[in-house]
Amino acid sequence: MGIDYIVPEFEVVRNEQRCIHCRVCERQCANEVHSYSEEAGMMLSDETRCVNCQRCVSLCPTRALKIVKNPCSFRENANWQPDLIKEVYRQASTGGVLLSSMGTPKPYPVYWDRILINASQVTNPSIDPLREPMETKVFLGKRPEKISRDPEGNLITKLPPQITLSMPVMFSAMSYGSISYNAHASLARASTKLGILYNTGEGGLHEDFYRYGPNTIVQVASGRFGVHEGYLEAGAAIEIKMGQGAKPGIGGHLPGAKIVGDVSRTRMIPEGTDAISPAPHHDIYSIEDLRQLVYSLKEATNYEKPVIVKVAAVHNIAAIASGIARSGADIIAIDGFRGGTGAAPTRIRDNVGIPIELALASVDRRLRDEGIRGNVSLVVGGSIRCASDVVKAIALGADACYIATAALLALGCHLCRTCHSGKCNWGIATQRPDLVKRLNPDIGSERLVNLMNAWRHEIMELMGGMGINSIEALKGNRLMLRGVGLSGKELEILGISHAGE
Amino acid sequence: MEKEGQIRIPSGCAIAAVISTEGKLMSGEGIARSMIPMHERSNGLGGGFAGYGIYPEYKDFYALHLFFDDRTTRKNCESFLKEYFEIVQSERIPTRTIPLITDEPMIWRYFVSPLPSLLIRLQLDEKELVARCVMKINREMSGAYVFSSGKNMGTFKAVGFPEDVGLFYRLEEYEGYSWTAHGRYPTNTPGWWGGAHPFTLLDYSVVHNGEISSYDANRRFIEMFGYQCTLQTDTEVITYIMDYLIRRQGLTLKEAASVIAAPFWSTIEAEKNEEKERHAYLRMMFPSLLITGPFSIVFGFTGGLMALNDRLKLRSMVVGEKEDKVFIASEEAAIRALEPDTENIWAPSGGEAVVVKVKEEAMKWV
Amino acid sequence: MKRVYVNEEWCLGCHLCEYNCAFANSGKPNMAVALKGKSIFPNIHVEGDDKITYAVSCRHCEDPICVRSCIAGALSKSDAGVVQIDHSRCVGCYTCLLVCPYGALAPGADGLMSKCELCLTNGLGEPACVAGCPNRAIVYEEREVI
Repeated sequence: MGIDYIVPEFEVVRNEQRCIHCRVCERQCANEVHSYSEEAGMMLSDETRCVNCQRCVSLCPTRALKIVKNPCSFRENANWQPDLIKEVYRQASTGGVLLSSMGTPKPYPVYWDRILINASQVTNPSIDPLREPMETKVFLGKRPEKISRDPEGNLITKLPPQITLSMPVMFSAMSYGSISYNAHASLARASTKLGILYNTGEGGLHEDFYRYGPNTIVQVASGRFGVHEGYLEAGAAIEIKMGQGAKPGIGGHLPGAKIVGDVSRTRMIPEGTDAISPAPHHDIYSIEDLRQLVYSLKEATNYEKPVIVKVAAVHNIAAIASGIARSGADIIAIDGFRGGTGAAPTRIRDNVGIPIELALASVDRRLRDEGIRGNVSLVVGGSIRCASDVVKAIALGADACYIATAALLALGCHLCRTCHSGKCNWGIATQRPDLVKRLNPDIGSERLVNLMNAWRHEIMELMGGMGINSIEALKGNRLMLRGVGLSGKELEILGISHAGE
Repeated sequence: MEKEGQIRIPSGCAIAAVISTEGKLMSGEGIARSMIPMHERSNGLGGGFAGYGIYPEYKDFYALHLFFDDRTTRKNCESFLKEYFEIVQSERIPTRTIPLITDEPMIWRYFVSPLPSLLIRLQLDEKELVARCVMKINREMSGAYVFSSGKNMGTFKAVGFPEDVGLFYRLEEYEGYSWTAHGRYPTNTPGWWGGAHPFTLLDYSVVHNGEISSYDANRRFIEMFGYQCTLQTDTEVITYIMDYLIRRQGLTLKEAASVIAAPFWSTIEAEKNEEKERHAYLRMMFPSLLITGPFSIVFGFTGGLMALNDRLKLRSMVVGEKEDKVFIASEEAAIRALEPDTENIWAPSGGEAVVVKVKEEAMKWV
Repeated sequence: MKRVYVNEEWCLGCHLCEYNCAFANSGKPNMAVALKGKSIFPNIHVEGDDKITYAVSCRHCEDPICVRSCIAGALSKSDAGVVQIDHSRCVGCYTCLLVCPYGALAPGADGLMSKCELCLTNGLGEPACVAGCPNRAIVYEEREVI
């Protein structure tokens, strides 16, 4: 096979004084990095296979293992960075499109980290969430422009269908197939316990999970995998996926190797066939077509479920969102380009789309300029990493946030970014039964519940500091935000002042 | 230094109000006097009053009160007004020269009626036309500022302590069936008369003590409907919210109150049937108009007053009664200054709207 | 009484329980010191094939056949229901090993029998196999005995 131009990225450092040859690392590594040599009486490592998922590190009972960056490096070159060189080698040897997983690791600006939050001092009081009520409940859905009354003058209190969330966070779309049964089970159970929603992604809904329907968003994507009447009826809301932040402009691709057993049944496609969702919906080539699909889905579900339209944050997002708002959608979901994925062409993931902060700010402004912001809800995702990101997103104008990477981290993901290999050692992005069982949903759902509860407490602390005791008073409250180190143009787009102003 | 409107200035305050449910007229001297015991709650950087029923002879005309920086602005503004309105009377608002009030702008009032042909052509009702003209002047005409625009009511405000402002505007010469008053404690020195309170739109006036934390959420929502928050004050945005909810959406006062000071979800969940449905509906329908942070407001309108505290009651406010009169103030002392024998003094709880209206038959002749 | 139960659905066959058990009963403060270069004789054993694995340890039976069959009187049942072994009395006849229907007993390093005492006698208070199981496949809980 000739020379392998690529030196291993990592080095397995084993402390021989600590290693007791228990071989846990060997048994736990699906990439087969570790092995035991009877002859040498010691553990061996094949570093070419290591993806630095740290499963072995976490399970080693004597903490004998470390995975470190291989110091063997190319000659320094500010222009030709090591990743670029390796990508050239890889493409020269395979002739293929490069694939990557999870969000882009490139050092693009993270605007969340350039925005600071306000707090009350003297002129109004901060509120202590431990002593006073602090409300994080959110409703998502369409709101009519005017109230109406019956002939006796009483308010008609019926609203279009709404989603109720105990806090402004939902688990965003990850399909059964791209992630495991146990990962889905963890998300579904945690959502139910938390009073929030998770999202099926485009892989259909496993029959075991229909019982979590009130906490489920069922997705309809361009491949229409797993979509049937019962599926649409099963969820609390329906999401039309037009695009994904990590790969705007292209569809999904789940290799036939993952279309096994229940995955094939749930997707309603034969075992072993590649599940390729087309780049566009072939019944939506324009905005008026979207309107037809929105209303088809509403017709199919008796106008009882809100319809979400999810789009990737691209250059013209404000106008696109405005069009969606006028096309019958109840909720618009925007996915920023730092968002994660189970597999995406590297070039697309790292170069297409715009940051969610800027997309959100300009969409919120445009909808307000047009006077229609109140008619739809806005959900944003694409690298919401912590409670303060949520608070900043709400203050910029979002109704709620979608999180996925943070949820996977809670389940054990170590962001090794090799989901596309299907050999996830943490039992998340895999369909191999021996790996899937590594994620016990009892533990997974518990960790997700812990994470969300922790975030909710932090959100409440931040709100209380601002003297705000209900999340709706934070929505679009940009006066609570200040930029640091941002240009005048960036501040203008974000609609916030600079710190000190 | 930047003027109010270019920056947001937090402030503490004193408020007071009185109304006669029988529609009996009271001179403005009393309400000005009531502010004296609350002197410490203001810092001389803003005071003002609103009186209802004070212009009986012009009660069918909108009374526009304006500040002008100079004569040219006034002339320009008058020609603008003539495009939309018939002006039946224009005059300087009478004032008294006192050492404590200085640097006054030109203060004028106009009694106007919208041109009927225009209303037909623009397909607007007259209130909407007046509201739009007021906002247009305040936004676009530098040096001119409309600070009162209702029928048979008027606002009087200035930079100074409220009791001095009362003296300056000769309030003792006006008689109204209800009055509201405001003394301001801004954190810095805007020195601009337009920034004083009450803030009004049409016959709605708001005096407010507090600093709301929901300000920008409220402002950015309400500005979708043609309102322009030029002053960046809480009082301004609250006035617009009330106008939007009551005039544009057609909510009742109590319904509007349960939007801006909505009951907590835990309270709503414990409520029964229709009340529960109504409260939940209003919160879900107008989530961006919930006001958080401290406020006590008196909302004035033709024929009545509404007092309301934020739902945690983070600002003091008491209500008292004596015969046909109802008093509202930040402190009991203010009420006692007006009427030493006031009875039934009580503090409404957070989010509990107190609505007092002049009896219907009495309204016929005020 | 609380017993150790194993759910094979979540057992990964990682064998960590065996090492945790051996370390817990070693009396040493550090696992590397305790187990480095040594064969281990844990009181829990992972059994199975490449499809299914599960850990086996003493069930602390209501009526333990091993106690009845012990010729030296080394095995006994405590008041709390724990099946215990008095090491000094064990003669290494392996009768218990032969009669245990679960294969839960095995000889220790010295050839004498060793068995799970739920980490009640080694000072840990909670079974080490349970605490160290990465997938909550081994639990220590009260269940109704059928």
